[in-house]
Amino acid sequence: MSLTREEVQRVAALARLRLTAAEEERLTGQLDAILRYMEKLNRLDTTGVEPFTHAVEVINGLREDRVTNHPDAETLLANAPDKEQTFFKVPKIIE
Amino acid sequence: MNPAALTLHAAGEKLRSRELSSQELTEAVYRRIGETGDRVQAYITLCRDAALAQAKQADDRLKRDGAAPPLLGIPIAVKDNFLTRGLGTTCASKMLGNFISPYDATAIKRLRDAGAVIIGKTNLDEFAMGSSAENSAFFPTHNPWNLERVPGGSSGGSAAAVAADQCIAALGTDTGGSIRQPAACCGVVGLKPTYGRVSRYGIIAFASSMDQVGPLTKEVRDSALLLEALAGRDPADSTSVERPVPRYSEALSGDVRGLRLGVPREYFVSGMAPAVERAVRDAIALLGKNGAAVEDISLPHTEYAVAVYYIVATAEASSNLARYDGMRYGHRAAGKDLNETYRLSREQGFGPEVKRRIMLGTYALSAGYYDAYYLKAQRVRALIKKDFDEAFQRCDAIITPTAPTTAFKIGEKMQDPLQMYLSDIYTISINLAGLPALSLPCSFDQDGMPIGMQIIGKPFDEATILRLAHAYEQATEWHKRKPNL
Repeated sequence: MSLTREEVQRVAALARLRLTAAEEERLTGQLDAILRYMEKLNRLDTTGVEPFTHAVEVINGLREDRVTNHPDAETLLANAPDKEQTFFKVPKIIE
Repeated sequence: MNPAALTLHAAGEKLRSRELSSQELTEAVYRRIGETGDRVQAYITLCRDAALAQAKQADDRLKRDGAAPPLLGIPIAVKDNFLTRGLGTTCASKMLGNFISPYDATAIKRLRDAGAVIIGKTNLDEFAMGSSAENSAFFPTHNPWNLERVPGGSSGGSAAAVAADQCIAALGTDTGGSIRQPAACCGVVGLKPTYGRVSRYGIIAFASSMDQVGPLTKEVRDSALLLEALAGRDPADSTSVERPVPRYSEALSGDVRGLRLGVPREYFVSGMAPAVERAVRDAIALLGKNGAAVEDISLPHTEYAVAVYYIVATAEASSNLARYDGMRYGHRAAGKDLNETYRLSREQGFGPEVKRRIMLGTYALSAGYYDAYYLKAQRVRALIKKDFDEAFQRCDAIITPTAPTTAFKIGEKMQDPLQMYLSDIYTISINLAGLPALSLPCSFDQDGMPIGMQIIGKPFDEATILRLAHAYEQATEWHKRKPNL
């Protein structure tokens, strides 16, 4: 199986990445080589093996239902590309 | 002796005996950065004024308190993917070029509570993705032992800063070897604790099932002291574990008698530099001579680890990095509609390696490929973990090289991502299995470049690997060598 340019375009759209034509071409070759390397996993029979989930056993953590929001909206908003009063300002979503 | 060259524990003793003040020590570190910083380029940001204010506070406390904690007044460098309130946190990405941390990561808060002086933020591969620090969007860091070589990565800036005496100790993060491999490349000690040992809150997420915080230091004792301060449950990280934190520094007995060491045959294969193999075999022989029991073991699924890692890590990264949409923080480009704004922001904000990994991870998680790649990888990951579980029934620690070669030349592997990925071949299994592991210097090759030995431990048994590493360090002189900058 070999990765096609169309598949790279499809994945780029899913990942919300825009790629130049040169990037697209380079990535198609590089990703194809990496995916071929990964095919070695198919040599291994994993029938009946449960997929890994957690490295260490984690117990569900409970806490009191108390508001613990960051106290300082201004500091958080300082990183916003665009803002108005205490709101993030974003491009129009609905046409 | 230049105070900047001191180890953490030796500097601490001088501070507590009032032979040296934290302000003098901090000034000495900045002087050293001033003299050698241009050649190494370890730092993205320095915060001299804030650091000297912290040092003054530490000195005030040291005057009153003879039994001050070990980190009080110690200048520490931090990888630029930890949030540090009021300071920039760029992750070496244009995406976060102007980002100012709104709060402290838990690890940073713990350092501050212990009285450490934060002196600056160190360079890394963008979003911690890489093995050479060359993927930084700003500049590459140079290896202090040879400026034409990489310092390793992704915590390359932290490792280089420690090796060059541009700090007393440093923090890094390790997702697939990003503390241990640069530690090996730069001839310093690097410890990746067990997954869950140190809170990940406030470190910028790369692959959440493997990311872990740890120290890079000049000697083993320093790593033990830092881990004591960093470890412990944090309600803000649900994967941090509620377990008592041992006094790791008290485990450093210098004695390895009775310890059982496993040497996995799958780690000594072709592709390893002969000098690396010789050095690690010699180190194992020395530990054997000093009373440890050495035994050959097998970790049969080792050869699949790189493939598993680059599926799981990229899948998690593609999901974690979806948050960079240009809306609430980070770079925003002007597009004609929302979708174009997303795509342009991400095109302009991310560098080539980050894009490559997002693409790979998105592919592995996409409809039609999820079972074949992601789920298959998680099954093999379970087998890799099982290999270690079985090995640890017979031994207390496992010894391997940290990396197959010493530090390579800048530019050497940048055109071939797969070759770059293979430089993590000995470190990534440990992250897949969530285990603790440490790298420390065990020799130098014919070109004078440091070689690292990796010691892998049972889950939450950092004490044993620190004890082994310390005993080896005390029996050798490698840690005393300094690069000639």
